[in-house]
Amino acid sequence: MFGLKDDWAEEERPRHFFLEDYEGAIARWCPGCGDHAVLSAVQRLCRDEQLPPEKTVVVSGIGCSSRFPHYMKTYGFHGLHGRALPVACGIRSRRPDVHMFVATGDGDNCSIGTAHWVHAVRYNMRMVVMLFDNNIYGLTKNQTSPTTHRGFNSMTHPHGAWLSPLNPLSVTLGITNASFVAQTVDWNPIHLYATIREGFHHPGLAFIRILQRCPHFTASVFEPIQRDPSLVLLLEHGDGIPANDTVRRIYKNRQEHDPSDRNSAQAIADRGDCFPIGLLYRNRNAERYDEISARGLGMTGAQKVAAVNRMLDRFLV
Amino acid sequence: MEALWTEAEETPAGTEADAPHVQRLMQHVVEIVSDSGEGAQTAGQMFGTLSAKMGNGVWTVEIIPAEIEPPARSRAGASGIRIRLGHGDVSNAGDTADVVVGFNEQVLYSRIDQGAFRPGTLIFLDNKWASDPQAEIQEAYATALADFRQRGYVVREIPIDAECLKHVSDARKGKNMWVVGFLCALYSRDLELPKKEIARRFGKKGAKIVESNYRLLESGFGWAQTNLDYHFDVPPQPETHEKVVMNGNQAIAMGCMAAGMEVCAMYPITPATSASHFLAGTMQEIGGFLHQAEDEIAAIGFAIGASYAGKTAVTITSGPGFALKTEFLGLAVMAEIPLVVVVVQRGGPSTGLPTKVEQGDLLASMFASPGDAPKIILAPATIEECFHFMVTARKLAETFRGPVIVLSDANLATGVQPFPKPEVTESWMAPPIDQSPWDTTTKPYDWDPQTGLSARPIPGQRGGNYVLTGLAHDEDSKVAYESATNQRTMAARSRKLAALQRTLKPARVVGDPEGDLLAVTWGSTLGAIDEAVMRLRREGEKVSYVHLRFLSPLEPGLKEIFQRFRKVMTVEINYGDDPQDPTLRCDAPRFAQLAWMLRAQTLCDLTSWSRVPGGPLQPGQIEEALRQQLTALKG
Repeated sequence: MFGLKDDWAEEERPRHFFLEDYEGAIARWCPGCGDHAVLSAVQRLCRDEQLPPEKTVVVSGIGCSSRFPHYMKTYGFHGLHGRALPVACGIRSRRPDVHMFVATGDGDNCSIGTAHWVHAVRYNMRMVVMLFDNNIYGLTKNQTSPTTHRGFNSMTHPHGAWLSPLNPLSVTLGITNASFVAQTVDWNPIHLYATIREGFHHPGLAFIRILQRCPHFTASVFEPIQRDPSLVLLLEHGDGIPANDTVRRIYKNRQEHDPSDRNSAQAIADRGDCFPIGLLYRNRNAERYDEISARGLGMTGAQKVAAVNRMLDRFLV
Repeated sequence: MEALWTEAEETPAGTEADAPHVQRLMQHVVEIVSDSGEGAQTAGQMFGTLSAKMGNGVWTVEIIPAEIEPPARSRAGASGIRIRLGHGDVSNAGDTADVVVGFNEQVLYSRIDQGAFRPGTLIFLDNKWASDPQAEIQEAYATALADFRQRGYVVREIPIDAECLKHVSDARKGKNMWVVGFLCALYSRDLELPKKEIARRFGKKGAKIVESNYRLLESGFGWAQTNLDYHFDVPPQPETHEKVVMNGNQAIAMGCMAAGMEVCAMYPITPATSASHFLAGTMQEIGGFLHQAEDEIAAIGFAIGASYAGKTAVTITSGPGFALKTEFLGLAVMAEIPLVVVVVQRGGPSTGLPTKVEQGDLLASMFASPGDAPKIILAPATIEECFHFMVTARKLAETFRGPVIVLSDANLATGVQPFPKPEVTESWMAPPIDQSPWDTTTKPYDWDPQTGLSARPIPGQRGGNYVLTGLAHDEDSKVAYESATNQRTMAARSRKLAALQRTLKPARVVGDPEGDLLAVTWGSTLGAIDEAVMRLRREGEKVSYVHLRFLSPLEPGLKEIFQRFRKVMTVEINYGDDPQDPTLRCDAPRFAQLAWMLRAQTLCDLTSWSRVPGGPLQPGQIEEALRQQLTALKG
């Protein structure tokens, strides 16, 4: 009658999510910290993709950026220093149904958690791994990290860091079965968003290094790059991170780069004269460990009892 | 000695005059000792399985060399197996060996070092070395032979190698089956079951292999029949109900699956790995998955991730690996993530004795992780308990929302014992991952003030969204640095152990409830302590024992029990200072680990007798230690 269904009252309204559905505690990062921008980008992405908050899990380690999960209103796991990736892989192993983001820093991922970085990239389980690289240990107050530049004065190297920094891009590109390697900057929200979005849709582990400003300790490192966009090399390709005119207007230093070309990706990653942003490498067909680990999901209790009994029978005397 | 048959006549009447003498026995300990790679363990496992199938009580324990391929004929290279056969149930590997089959004389020295033999031990030794082309080997053999006899062993040389060479070109590949045949004859058995077993084990490899093994088996059997003028018989008692036979690590693995745990994350470490090996081969049958992680830390992290996302997972390790896991263990306590951690203890500290038995990780488990990290600790005492405790552990982990440590050891890991086939039910299995909406009025840590218990939301549960953190946090899982909150939340986590203790059965005294001496034990020493105490009780000694399965929280009632005995002493396989040692000169001797805990928790002045022999404690050793205490008490 009147075009209404009889059971209209019982029909669940389709859920629609707004930004506030992803907004957790007020972020307590310093004013001007690049982490705020990444948080906004991820919240916007969740909203745009309409991810049910209960089906979204953000995992982190320890460090400034690892406070990330607290500021989301999804499920979150704020674990141990360096150990975000093993936990994330464990979650993913039996939960193909959830959306996963990992927040980790240059100390967390490239120092104490290095072993897990290498192996998680090789496992290639579906998740977006965001490396917040501010070149410094911020939470513990100004110690040299593996990505700190040579000569930088920190509390642990007051006469300047002795060694050249570790390059997270070239390391990741060198890992067997790496399937998605990108770099972006926190201060360009459009490119940042586009990069995380591309990673979100990648069927595997998307590794995104985010050059992230620490106004407190490494302002001197990031301000020049911000002030002079020609230091940035924008990677472009039909299958890369889409860059609109606004982005292209800022970054005039551009290069066409086919993200399926791993050798040229390595060459770009190794360039010392500029900061490449965009998609360095992507292989949508790389092996995925989460497809193996999730096998057998959904077996019933009765089936399992029968299987255990069959196994026990092999031990009968 | 108990070794003699006590129930019936020794030898049935009316046997033919020329039939060999048959000695009937209540129990017997047999060892097969060889160089690594000669198959002594396979032979022993087969003989043990056959005995269990016939209805004998059986306990087998492997003798594992520390190296993968130790040099031949080396004292450190002993590889083999001990099989203890019983007319009834057998609960431990026993004292010294009654019968030994040695493939060469040098490997026997490592057993002698371990105190495995006694005067009168009957050694069947391959005589091939007597005529070895190398003069020094001949000489070493002759010297050892004289030495063995000097020590009172009864040595009988037998031509294992020579007989095998009649059937196979490489005797090293045939000796083990020849020995099975030999032992079958020695223990008055026929070859029907062994042949079935050979067909079962080698059937896939083709008829030729089966035939060759039959010939070796018959050769060993025939040689013993012809040349031995005495046989033994440990009469079996045919089984009335179904039994399974497996080692402790297999039981743990089977228990994991019976508990419905679908994820095991591990990193290779001796002596825990064989449990993971078994799961690796079988997890897919229950739809589960074994993850070999990049390191011990990642293994527990992966398991914690899987647990957080739904179903309690298990990680299996040993001492050094456990040490690496402690930070994550603290997170599981702090953030209340259900988790089962199996620690198959080995000799420590550091790399220690990787293949050997020790109960050295009790305090490490108790105190693992910085700060106060209360956790549940269980210790199975038998192979059967290795199975069932996994089901218990999983349930406890979920109910009490935190890690449960299961302390096994190398003795249980490789010990093989038959036990009744478990009746697996669906109620043992972890339920499916709860994805029903969460009642949003319930906080993620809604601690019950009495018990500290709370329900946990699982990702996917609508309305349950929370951020788990290892930082101090309140009921909402919000980071909380206030002093009152910290005091309250620490208490909530600790209270769970008190709540669990209230549900536990009081500790059980075996023997009289009061008396002169009470031994307190835990873990794999159960069989040995039981045997030792029972021997002394038969002599009229007022000695009893308590064997603990729950170590954290402790089983209730211990203080009252201890007060009813003149002396209380733990018996453990870990290091403790000997308070009688005159060179110690210290008023704070370091006690063995359980004693340390019990003293602190009961304020009873109990002492400990502990040893680190790198092997199981023998009932005779324990008996002697208890006897000394009893003598001292009598003054």
